[in-house]
Amino acid sequence: MVKFVKGNEAVVIGALYAGCDYYFGYPITPASEVAHAASAWFPAVGRGFLQAECETASINMVYGASAAGKLSMTASSGPGISLMQETISYMAGAELPGVIVNVQRAGPGLGNIYPEQADYNQAVKGGGHGSYQCIVLAPGNVQEMCDLTMLAFELSFAYRNPAIVLTDAMLGQMMETLRLPEAELPRPETDTWAVSGTPATRKNLITSIYLDVAQEEAINRTLQEKYARMQVEARAEQYQIDDADVVLIAYGVSSRIARTAVDKLRATGVKAGLFRPITLAPFPTAALCAVADGRKLLVVELSCGQFHDDVFFHLAKGLGRVVNVGLLNRMGGALIAVDDVVARVKEL
Amino acid sequence: MAVKKTVGMYPAFDRSGTSTRASHYCAGCGHGIIHKLITEAVTDLGIADRVVMANPIGCAVFGYYYWDVGNIGAAHGRAAAVCTAVCRTCPEAIALAYQGDGDLGAIGFNCTFQAANRGERMATFFVNNGTYGMTGGQMAPTSLEGQKTATTPLGRDVLNDGYPLHVCEVINQLTAPVYIERVSVADTRRIMDARRAIRKALELQRDGKGYAFVEILSPCPTNLGMDAVQAAQFTNDKMEREFPLGVLRDQSATATARPAAPAKPGPAAFFTSNPDGATDAAPDPSFAEQRLKFAGFGGQGILSLGLYVAEAGRFAGRYTTWFPSYGPEQRGGAASCSVVVAGNPVGSPAVDHADVVICMNLPAYERFAKDVRPGGWLIVDASVPIAEKPVGVQFVSFPAIQFATERGMPRSANAVMLAVLAASGATGLDRRVMEQALAASFQKKPSLIPKNLAIFAAAYQQAGG
Ligand code: SF4
Repeated sequence: MVKFVKGNEAVVIGALYAGCDYYFGYPITPASEVAHAASAWFPAVGRGFLQAECETASINMVYGASAAGKLSMTASSGPGISLMQETISYMAGAELPGVIVNVQRAGPGLGNIYPEQADYNQAVKGGGHGSYQCIVLAPGNVQEMCDLTMLAFELSFAYRNPAIVLTDAMLGQMMETLRLPEAELPRPETDTWAVSGTPATRKNLITSIYLDVAQEEAINRTLQEKYARMQVEARAEQYQIDDADVVLIAYGVSSRIARTAVDKLRATGVKAGLFRPITLAPFPTAALCAVADGRKLLVVELSCGQFHDDVFFHLAKGLGRVVNVGLLNRMGGALIAVDDVVARVKEL
Repeated sequence: MAVKKTVGMYPAFDRSGTSTRASHYCAGCGHGIIHKLITEAVTDLGIADRVVMANPIGCAVFGYYYWDVGNIGAAHGRAAAVCTAVCRTCPEAIALAYQGDGDLGAIGFNCTFQAANRGERMATFFVNNGTYGMTGGQMAPTSLEGQKTATTPLGRDVLNDGYPLHVCEVINQLTAPVYIERVSVADTRRIMDARRAIRKALELQRDGKGYAFVEILSPCPTNLGMDAVQAAQFTNDKMEREFPLGVLRDQSATATARPAAPAKPGPAAFFTSNPDGATDAAPDPSFAEQRLKFAGFGGQGILSLGLYVAEAGRFAGRYTTWFPSYGPEQRGGAASCSVVVAGNPVGSPAVDHADVVICMNLPAYERFAKDVRPGGWLIVDASVPIAEKPVGVQFVSFPAIQFATERGMPRSANAVMLAVLAASGATGLDRRVMEQALAASFQKKPSLIPKNLAIFAAAYQQAGG
């Protein structure tokens, strides 16, 4: 069955089908519709909604629910997500799951409420203190706003690691057809580690303090090994890649613009394709290297080039040599015009 | 000593990484006594399996070495948020926050204040020793006037540092808390009082009766630079003068447990209960992609007009997107949205070169008329004064606002404009799906469906459809 919904609403539908027990959040444009929908739909299906006093409280409530083995989430945008970073680090350190949705707006500072993708480094490189890595998923349409929110819960509990759905104002605000999920996800088993106020979980402990240096190093190594194991979850979409001479590389809102540019370029005889990472962490390095080698590459993104630099890094890491990657970007909430992508590709 | 034996604690403190049975607290510290009072009551009340203790930062960060209950380490100041989540997601759990004065009174004050105001089903044990213990004796919000600390070497100067914070008294301004008391563990008589208060807070939690707050004055000889006896004396004399002991509120006799929420159908039942009749789109490369822009001012139903067209596209089995103006864009009164209807999955939902632009007022016309592609459609309300008819585009002017107003339905000007768009044939969407979308949008107010369909039909005819 299909519904016509906003991306921000699709997030809530995905969360509920994933079995999310509670939504904790604080309003901010352009993420507020997530809270609006959650405040109506969570209670309607017997789940809980709480408007917290601030984003710091929201994420610590997510921390608490996760520590209790329950599924919970929060959603926000730039400034609010920045406030959450301390506790996301705690979650990573304590190996707690939990889903955070970032409907990106323009920054830095208060910035504005239009689409940007400048929280890339914060999400992908660990925006808080310490060596840690979140799972980062990047929806490209309203369907994926739902599906990747579900996947975020699944992976987050499978790896006991915080997961971020990194989206943007355009995908959050736009409406598109959503096919409802086939079924709800099974409830994850948490009694072995969570503290739920039950006899089975009484001896469990959730903490991230290790005063002993050797122990803290061992924990760090364990975390890094886990992040390496997550690599099998990397995914990407390829559009018109097979015979492409030029590959556009983009995620989220930029991938939508790039996709239209690919169609326009093909209509004028230019063999263009699109490589769209669906997981930003783990990064689909192998898949990218496989399609990128020997082709002209252009990253299209709404930031100073944070994603571009990472593409450059992953290609170098995967191929063992440096390859040239172009960048077409805008900042401050301005969208890239399809025509500008087309023109830039023709210059390559 | 009033506490006869230790119960409710781990028999050996293996989690401390040592084999000693000694705690990590300094001699004469109040924490150990408070730990014992809590675990003794937890054991006596038979609730150890249900207790989830939010461990603080500071000297009691290692409470989990000792407490044989479920333990969660909370970030600095955030125990109340953690407990909020625990008590809301685990109906059987008993959520307890154990926090010091810096943790609760400074960085986490609002977290605690808000949780108390919501009347969360939790108890807070607030250990007030007037200093940051583990961090090294810095000024706490509760440090006394003139008290020398690592960050007030000349003594707390109220003109610079403000006054000692009376947390119980602040919490007592709120409506929701059930029980608020300040006690001390500085001597045997006081410990017996503290024992009673802690027990009462835990009984309230056992019975699910709401928020309890117990502040406990606790000697910190190390950071006071005193021996245990002097520190206890300081607590009794100086601290109690600032923070008088006693019950500030006790509604335990009348408090009742909140009823459980009624059971509800799950998401699958909820979301599939109200199908709108549209089906998933199927690829059809023969359908020429339509990119449309709708603009006007807020009250004209611009966003709805775009939505009608997007929905019509869906009912026709097309891929569609709808992208609105949002946030402060709407505050000045302007509203616009972009709609794409396509035979293949839509790329960019932003409309640069529009096949159709519909303007309902002059500012919209001035801003968006130029976005029509050559040969595209520019449809404006006749109230928009246009000096020169634009060239190179197909131009339609229709008095939609007047048409709707004259028929007593001023809010349906957008339905009239929808009919004009349908009559123009610009979109490749037929009248039937437009009407279907219009009707579907009034699903919640079915009485408006026939009226809107009627005005749509009249406008369609007038517009030459
Ligand atoms: S520093 Fe103070 S609060 Fe900390 S353990 Fe020692 S006496 Fe207790």
